[in-house]
Amino acid sequence: MWKRFRYHIAIFFAVIGPGFITAMVDNDAGGILTYSQAGARWGYLPLWTLLPITVLLIVTQEMSSRMGAVTGKGLSDLIREEFGLRITFITMAVLVLANLTNMIADFSGIAGSLEIFGIPRWVSVPIGAAVVWLLVVKGTYASVEKIFLFACVVYVAYIVSAILVKPDWKQAAIYSVKPVLMLQGAYLYMLIGMVGTSIAPWMQFYLQAAVVEKGVTAKEYKESRIEVIVGCIAMSVIAFFIIVACAGTIYAVAPRDLQVPADAAAGLRPFGSYAYLLFAAGLFNASLFAACILPLSTAYSVCEGLGFESGVNRRFREAPIFYWLFTLLIVVGGAVVMFPKFPLVKMILFSQVLNGVLLPFVLIFMILLINKQKLLHEWTNSRFYNFVAWASVALMIGLTMALVALSIQDMMRT
Amino acid sequence: MPEQRADQRLFFTELLGLKVFDLKGRTLGVVKDAAIVPLLDPVRVDRYLIGSGAAWLTVRHDQVRSISLEGIHLRDEILTPYHSDEYMLRVVRDLLDQQIIDAQGRKVVRVTDVTFEVHQEDGGEVLWVLDVDIGLRAIFRRLVQGLLPASWIRRLQVGIPPHSIRWEFCNILEPDPQRRLRLNISNRLLEDMHPADLADIVEDLTPEHREAIFENIDSEVAADALSEVDPDIQASILESLETEKAAEIVEEMAPDEAADVLAELEQETSDEILEEMEHEPKQEVRELLEFEEDSAGGMMNTEYVALQETATVEDAIQALKSNEELMETLNTLFLVDSGERLTGVVPLARLFLHDGATPLRSLAVETLIDAPVTEHRDRITELFDKYNLLALPVVDEERKLSGVITADDIISVLREK
Repeated sequence: MWKRFRYHIAIFFAVIGPGFITAMVDNDAGGILTYSQAGARWGYLPLWTLLPITVLLIVTQEMSSRMGAVTGKGLSDLIREEFGLRITFITMAVLVLANLTNMIADFSGIAGSLEIFGIPRWVSVPIGAAVVWLLVVKGTYASVEKIFLFACVVYVAYIVSAILVKPDWKQAAIYSVKPVLMLQGAYLYMLIGMVGTSIAPWMQFYLQAAVVEKGVTAKEYKESRIEVIVGCIAMSVIAFFIIVACAGTIYAVAPRDLQVPADAAAGLRPFGSYAYLLFAAGLFNASLFAACILPLSTAYSVCEGLGFESGVNRRFREAPIFYWLFTLLIVVGGAVVMFPKFPLVKMILFSQVLNGVLLPFVLIFMILLINKQKLLHEWTNSRFYNFVAWASVALMIGLTMALVALSIQDMMRT
Repeated sequence: MPEQRADQRLFFTELLGLKVFDLKGRTLGVVKDAAIVPLLDPVRVDRYLIGSGAAWLTVRHDQVRSISLEGIHLRDEILTPYHSDEYMLRVVRDLLDQQIIDAQGRKVVRVTDVTFEVHQEDGGEVLWVLDVDIGLRAIFRRLVQGLLPASWIRRLQVGIPPHSIRWEFCNILEPDPQRRLRLNISNRLLEDMHPADLADIVEDLTPEHREAIFENIDSEVAADALSEVDPDIQASILESLETEKAAEIVEEMAPDEAADVLAELEQETSDEILEEMEHEPKQEVRELLEFEEDSAGGMMNTEYVALQETATVEDAIQALKSNEELMETLNTLFLVDSGERLTGVVPLARLFLHDGATPLRSLAVETLIDAPVTEHRDRITELFDKYNLLALPVVDEERKLSGVITADDIISVLREK
């Protein structure tokens, strides 16, 4: 009895990693800024989205890890085998584009956070890019992973800050469950961004590949399911407190859009004058972490799907496309940010909205694949899952179309 | 039957969608897929599946008068409807976009396109599979097929370097044993590979395919490959196999490697496999499992040649002849007294320079270095380095020879750090 318990715990810790890391990476530059902006501009209003987002997140992550554990293949492998080369190629092209904007967001985070310390962009970004590249190539990523995860403890600052602000907990509680849908362009933009930052398309590819790499099998899968759920809930809790903290500090004073990353630091003001430092440290840590995972994951997914050699243990000559791809992501991501008047916050928010727009399409693939008996055997989706998944796809596409329609309407009017 | 070899090539991307004309030149349909029946012929395309609507028809290879980029012209029109057939290897369904093993390049690759050769046969034309194409040129063809005319594609693709694997080096991955028989999938290519290369390939496959390979290849080859595979994957493979097959493979492994592998498994599974093994290997492995993993006992193997200290060079040669299977890795002989206690170490090379009657005792190394079974791994590595050893004998508390640790074991240990 005790032995079986120990066995389960051992698997839990062995398997902890993919789901948890993915959730922590959720709260990268894109995440922190999107939630901060939501709280700053709309107050407690956006809180209701967290519950449905968490449910969708759990469903999506669980599907990814289930597919990875049962089939033993990554998502791009499956898409290639079941849908053919053309569809894989288009998906990969779109993924690279979206991830490029995410990379820009992460470098914006690095630049913005170090600017709070007074380090100018043209210093922080090239050094940051070089550090990321070296970390990835030298393969010491695995050990650095642990340091990053540990540093994520900084997020606790938001929880403390939110409490210190003495928000109207009753209001917050009401808005946590009261759905508000306004047909306003900016509001829809925020909604799509919130979903996109919590459930980024690239994360589905990353998570499934990580589960396969870890060798989790269908048998051990139950433990990894728990870890996935724990990670998702952790992410939502942090998001909740970020929104509340910014709602209480910025919105309560004067609701506005964030202009520069330092504005979001104001959300930590109640925590003391060290607020800026804590915020900068947290933002920097999250951005650097994501900047290391993202290009590598993208390069692996693309090479996997199109059949090119991949792996950092291979020499450049053996896997040219792999190396070019992640190097390009890092270089372009950094270069774009260095333009002097580059709107950091706008870019970060846009990248997350782009994630939200692309998410339904990746979800469609996932749902189609996960219901194939020949792949998943007895592990196909339950009807509840399918319902949630398809409903979310419809909702997201609906929101996007509404946003586009409103934007066109706006443009025609002016 | 004289066959003229035509040097015409046709790509599958070009074959797909090709119009099929009857004797009067009317279009019957377009090519939807092509199938090889490996039991009949491993290279020749046996059937073309054509469709115009929901139902597909089968065209036999001998019903084709000519094939070219322009279309397929038939020479007789008796076509049968298509029924799914377990003996067919269909290109679209079973080959395209699937993973296969490149036995020459020794890696796992994904099929993007297939190249055929057009041959004249019995007054008609047939297609023989030449290569499987992977890489950029094939990707370009796949992406652009149907969007540009075939002749343009042929010209444009020349700028991109090709990357192909000859069909005879391709090993199809198929987990279902019945289907493997029907498709005549042989393991010869895999069995001819160096075990370390096979181990690399196996590490890149899904658990299902790994199991399929180990279930079906020769147990000796499987044992060699298994010992080179990453420990986590070793455990996963053995757990997925039938106990009997697992035992067969473990029996073929050297006892120390077998002990290492079994130590990775859950106690239950490990016991089940041991039970199934034959008595002698089972005993040896059980003894080795008793020792701590990072002690001399856990590292040593029990395959060595020991002779009485009174023996001569002639006796040694006789002993080696009867232990031929060890010759590959043997570089040292051990001398023991009547109580099996270690008394000397003789480097094999010294046997060459002396005649048969020379007593082995005189050829023994001056300083006898050995280690107790309980010695720790790090100390052993030190000994190897300090005394420039190739082999280190391991003795028990009574100084009886228990086993030997060889240099390759040390290399694995050092790499782990």
